Amino acid sequence: MLNVTRAELRKLRRPTLLISTILVVAALTALFTSIVFLRANSGQGNGQRGEIISPAVLSQATGLIYGFKIVSFFLGITALCVFASQTAQEYSLGTLRNLLVRQPSRMKILFGKYLSMITFAIALVFLDAVVAIGVSYGLAPHAKVTTSAWFTSTALSLLGRTFVNVLLTTLAFGTFGMILGLLFRSPISAIATGVIWSLILETILGGVVSSTQKWLPGQNFDNIAQGGSETVSYQWSLGISALYLLTGFGVVAFLFKRRDVAN
Amino acid sequence: MSTAISVSDLTKVYGERSALSHATFEVPLGTVCGFVGPNGSGKTTTIRMLLGLIAPTGGTGTVLGQSILHPEKYLPQVGAMIEGPAFYPALSGAENLRVLASLGGFPQRRVGELLEKVGLSDRGGSKYKTYSLGMKQRLGIAAALLPEPKLLVLDEPTNGLDPSGIQEVRNLIKDLADDGTSVFVSSHLLSELEMIAESLVMLREGKVLFAGRTQDLLAAQIASLVVEPEFSVDLNKLLEIATRNGKDASVDNGALHIVADSSWGATFNRLAFNAGITLSSLTATQPTLEETFFEMTGE
Repeated sequence: MLNVTRAELRKLRRPTLLISTILVVAALTALFTSIVFLRANSGQGNGQRGEIISPAVLSQATGLIYGFKIVSFFLGITALCVFASQTAQEYSLGTLRNLLVRQPSRMKILFGKYLSMITFAIALVFLDAVVAIGVSYGLAPHAKVTTSAWFTSTALSLLGRTFVNVLLTTLAFGTFGMILGLLFRSPISAIATGVIWSLILETILGGVVSSTQKWLPGQNFDNIAQGGSETVSYQWSLGISALYLLTGFGVVAFLFKRRDVAN
Repeated sequence: MSTAISVSDLTKVYGERSALSHATFEVPLGTVCGFVGPNGSGKTTTIRMLLGLIAPTGGTGTVLGQSILHPEKYLPQVGAMIEGPAFYPALSGAENLRVLASLGGFPQRRVGELLEKVGLSDRGGSKYKTYSLGMKQRLGIAAALLPEPKLLVLDEPTNGLDPSGIQEVRNLIKDLADDGTSVFVSSHLLSELEMIAESLVMLREGKVLFAGRTQDLLAAQIASLVVEPEFSVDLNKLLEIATRNGKDASVDNGALHIVADSSWGATFNRLAFNAGITLSSLTATQPTLEETFFEMTGE
């Protein structure tokens, strides 16, 4: 399986994918973090869903991780796209047959691929953390935010917890992308379905019928990074996300193992 | 183990359509076996089953002595290029080979050796998407050779190659066979196969029409004599002589074609001489593999 992971990492580190993903993640993180800090004194919404985050709040230990976790949803969407395209392209390019001739164990291919993408996701979350903390620190004086509470043991422990939660969110979206990639066997269909569902349909559904938020996969994935919300607990989101993803992954793994490779 | 590939009653059915029906054939070890048939005759389906990509509906088969139901037991010793080359367009040729070398656990030094072997060493660093069809084909052959295979399965390896490339592939296959590698090669270039394939498997509509030695197939075909008189006005007289002696004959393109093997050539020459006709040429011909293929498949 490690041979598969090594081979997959060679594909993931190709400059076109790596540089564009780094640029997108860095730009989004910098943008969202900047909005939080630059509008902190405006008295208008500068957080998620119009939430007002004042300089006083940002001066607490949580100020260190606010920019980091606010971009988790888009980090998740990025992972969804990467995982979906990396999986589905093997069908659309016809390269799956090469992989299976060199490694006939389909489960080793699947899990080796997944392991490589987990590695990629860890790197993305690390980049997100570095950019968010850097931008936060750089803009703190401008926003009249004091940073002394950011380097306490409480803040660092919070940073560690948030890193894990943002990673779980990123992996959840990525796994969702991989499931769609295996199901549709076409990068365009898999990405379009995943993005339209997560960005548009879930937002409309959750907005129109708020009780559905508890059941919507994307909302629950993102709720993990936020550490839970007033309406949906962290534990619930973790449990329901695991249930959705394990069921979905189980179904596509079965299909991947049994389906003829006819292209 | 005396066979590289052996299948018995191998069948693949998609819904109500039978892609391969009760195919039975053997490919001897250390030989080049041609795999021919019109498009849609079941060649690629057979190759996919041999490589574990699709599951057979019925029948059995072995590759290098192992059941095709357990491809993990023989694939490390098999190189394959199926349905043309397929690689990642954004990676270079060399990087594509490195991906496959990592996957199969082969040493990375093989990549440079193989690029050299297929004549791509100067373009190994270029992205695959910039390659011509011939270069893609060469890269596909290099990928198939990564494991130093005991059995090489090639599907249309000369597709897109220029005449010198075709000759190179032919020589490569010959060299591999000389070194003891078994080669199972499908191709529409029957003249090429006739030169290199010691045995043949011929398919039509999912059924095996012939499986055996190429020599035996060609020897079983009807030979003919092609006769040209000095003066074309004598063609009809020659036709009459041939038919009077119990031979099927016809006039085509200014020559008389007689269904007979070369041993009747001298007799016919004498008969023509006695009738006062001088022949300008008398040639004994054996059908080529291509002619035999068209005859057998009805294409």
